[in-house]
Amino acid sequence: MSPGNPELVNALVQVLGSENVLTALEDILPYGFDGTATFKQRPVAVVFAHDAAQVSAVIKLARTHRAPVVTRGSGTGLSGGSVPVPGAVVLCLVKMDRILEVDPANLTLRAEAGAITQKIFDAADATGLFYPPDPGSMKISTIGGNVAENSGGLRGLKYGVTRDYVMGLEVVLADGSICWLGSKCVKDVAGYNLRDLFIGSEGTLGVVTQVLLKLLPKPAARQTLLATYARMDSAAETVSAIIAAKIIPCTLEFLDRKTIQCVEDFAKVGLPRDAEAILLIETDGHPAAVADEAAKIEELCRAHGATSVRRAATAAEAAQLATARRSAFSALARLRPTTILEDVTVPRSELAGMIREVEAIATRHQLNIATFGHFGDGNLHPTILTDERDTAEMHRVELAFADIVQATLARGGTITGEHGVGLAKKPFLKSQLGDASYELLRLVKRSLDPDGLLNPGKIFDQS
Amino acid sequence: MKTLAEMDYSVLQQCMHCGICLPTCPTYLETKEERNSPRGRIALMRAVADEELDITKAFGDEMYYCLGCLACTTACPAGVNYAELFETARADVEKKGVLASPKRDAIRWFALRLIFTRPRLLRAMGRMLWLWQASGAQMAFRKLKLTRLLPANLRQLEPQAPTVLAKFSHQLIKPVEKPASVKRRVAVLTGCVQDLVFADVNRATVDVLLANGCEVHTPPVQPCCGSLHAHNGDTDTAGELARRQLDLFDPFVFDAIISNAGGCGSHLRHYDHLLAEDPVYAARAAEWSRKLKDISEYLVEIGFRKPTGAATASTEVTYHESCHLCHGQKVSKQPREILNAIPGVKLSECAEATMCCGSAGIYNITQPETSGWLQERKLGHLRATGAEVVATANPGCHLQIANGFAQSGEKTTVVHPVVLLAQAYRNETGAAR
Repeated sequence: MSPGNPELVNALVQVLGSENVLTALEDILPYGFDGTATFKQRPVAVVFAHDAAQVSAVIKLARTHRAPVVTRGSGTGLSGGSVPVPGAVVLCLVKMDRILEVDPANLTLRAEAGAITQKIFDAADATGLFYPPDPGSMKISTIGGNVAENSGGLRGLKYGVTRDYVMGLEVVLADGSICWLGSKCVKDVAGYNLRDLFIGSEGTLGVVTQVLLKLLPKPAARQTLLATYARMDSAAETVSAIIAAKIIPCTLEFLDRKTIQCVEDFAKVGLPRDAEAILLIETDGHPAAVADEAAKIEELCRAHGATSVRRAATAAEAAQLATARRSAFSALARLRPTTILEDVTVPRSELAGMIREVEAIATRHQLNIATFGHFGDGNLHPTILTDERDTAEMHRVELAFADIVQATLARGGTITGEHGVGLAKKPFLKSQLGDASYELLRLVKRSLDPDGLLNPGKIFDQS
Repeated sequence: MKTLAEMDYSVLQQCMHCGICLPTCPTYLETKEERNSPRGRIALMRAVADEELDITKAFGDEMYYCLGCLACTTACPAGVNYAELFETARADVEKKGVLASPKRDAIRWFALRLIFTRPRLLRAMGRMLWLWQASGAQMAFRKLKLTRLLPANLRQLEPQAPTVLAKFSHQLIKPVEKPASVKRRVAVLTGCVQDLVFADVNRATVDVLLANGCEVHTPPVQPCCGSLHAHNGDTDTAGELARRQLDLFDPFVFDAIISNAGGCGSHLRHYDHLLAEDPVYAARAAEWSRKLKDISEYLVEIGFRKPTGAATASTEVTYHESCHLCHGQKVSKQPREILNAIPGVKLSECAEATMCCGSAGIYNITQPETSGWLQERKLGHLRATGAEVVATANPGCHLQIANGFAQSGEKTTVVHPVVLLAQAYRNETGAAR
């Protein structure tokens, strides 16, 4: 039984049909959270839209009834971006999941926001093309959610993040109007670049309903290497050495001892359980270049203290290693009941120091912290393993969090590399941006969503 | 058995709602609604434990909408024990009686408490069904279109009734059979449906064990293993049946206890957990669980002898993985190894081999719509391989797939991998056991 807003619910049923409006407790409870630990808030209703016109109708109704709208895809976010706010209608787009067009002549792909990222990758792949962004959750996450959070992934080092592949998008604004921003033109400088404004806006400025993505030719070859280290510093030094040698692998992932053990418990792919750290490195491109780079990388790994370097013999073995790496965050849940993931990024030169600092913070606050991440782009995921029912420990977790953020900012880093600010990071945003930039963000929000109904209370508190 | 509210809370907390289970869950794929997904169901269970949600009819419906295929447990990096959560939740639903209705209660009493606890009665029923089918009465009934007299749900199910074989396991297998030279001593579980409908699978199981130097013990009357009960929220009867099983078989005197049905095996290997707090049976149950092996798993473990004969002429075979064999027991490579060892068999992999076929115990009776959708999806993938034989190792899957092909008039046959292996041994020239 939903406590609030029966009139709104009736109106939504009129527009969408009763099968697309959920209000029973058993139906809405599982929409009270996303992939982020500890945030929970029950919505008043969950609605499914099937096209932009329905999204527009939902937004207009919500506006009339002054109900906040929280848009959601598969709910895999890790900053609380799609956790409902009090009184919210959850607008779920997973049923808008069609891939509308693959255009090999222009190297583009157009899809509805609810399309699963893996399906987009597969559709491109089937025509010999390549969609590079690959969030760890790509088998589950939706492309609309990727755009809203500006998701990164394992190939960010060479290929960048979701933003780098969005050529256009359809967005429904807070007044219900439907706009198309961007085009298939590689060069297009007509007016302000509003498209970029919506990428990474976390559902606070509009609802992305369709995306036009840039594709690349599929790299002809790929080589995956796994380097094992007895010392964390050696792994960090290897990364610096690879970059200094002017080699940009597409993937340069790092796992610490705790993470290695949890991942191996789940995936059983033969990771060295006794290693202090491993690097998972992948290079792709022209076969000759790949062979050359792989040889140089292997040499650099050994020169900087790798105890062993293993090359994936087959594509299947490489895929297995990548899949194992993608499970890292979830696999860490084996150690303690609650798993809280950080997402800080520092300039690459600061990596080794930052990791040492995270270790010191863990010791200082008597906490269990595992670290993995995208070493190549400086993006670290220190993950605090705790129990949300232990109040004293949770207090220490908060302190440790603040310390990690402070250390990051002191090194010229950013509080989020790929998961967004959402609820998890908003207390820290101002200290990163400074007063003027922070106010500019709020000004943009006020201009586009004057009533503050689109995912309010995310990124910053409502004014 | 503890309730959701009483159980170890950390089992519920283990789910960190990352969503990796979503694309593997058949019911979520069908509806795309969170409550129909593993993490959604766990959220509801946790809400029950947290007293935010009562055990309602909708909660009960959801727990029975889940197939219990356990595909989510294979996908889950966090290692959530979904099987325990699911059985506890269904037991809670039964205790609370939110789904109770005179008809449902009568069916459950008849099936779970009467038929599947009394092997002799089950066989008598099977004998009657066999008479009905073998005498031609069934065909006459169908030809005269008397099926119209049946209620709608039974009318749909009538063509799916399995064909009972003329002989049951105890008529085909002696209580003890010995090979020429004994290397190991094992016990074979004959099952319920397997005993009536697939006694030939049981015979083949004994044959392949004999061919590999095992002395085989097969008590002629065996109780049901209790998996049907545990999966349907009747944990008390499941415990009782497990104890009867342990009275009949002394796990300490065998090298292994062999199951050949994916669904039964998945439950049988957890007697240790089921009876962990039983002061009399706990130790015996632990030994039982240690020795309980699926037939394919055991054959591979003992390095089974590769046959030199062929099963039939060259055959293209595809393999459908029973959910409870691959997700429940993690036995996935071994049946393929058996098939690949048979001369003349060419194994063609099908898409989504590990996805549920919709049989799922009695799910095809309780949820015909979802079951039918999954059956069609499965048949499509099997057809696409072009194989003339589908191998699978669970009677429920066997019937579900065979019925699907029979309905569309296709000739594809369904067979247990060990039946092919037994044939191959039989066809060895100058074959000696």
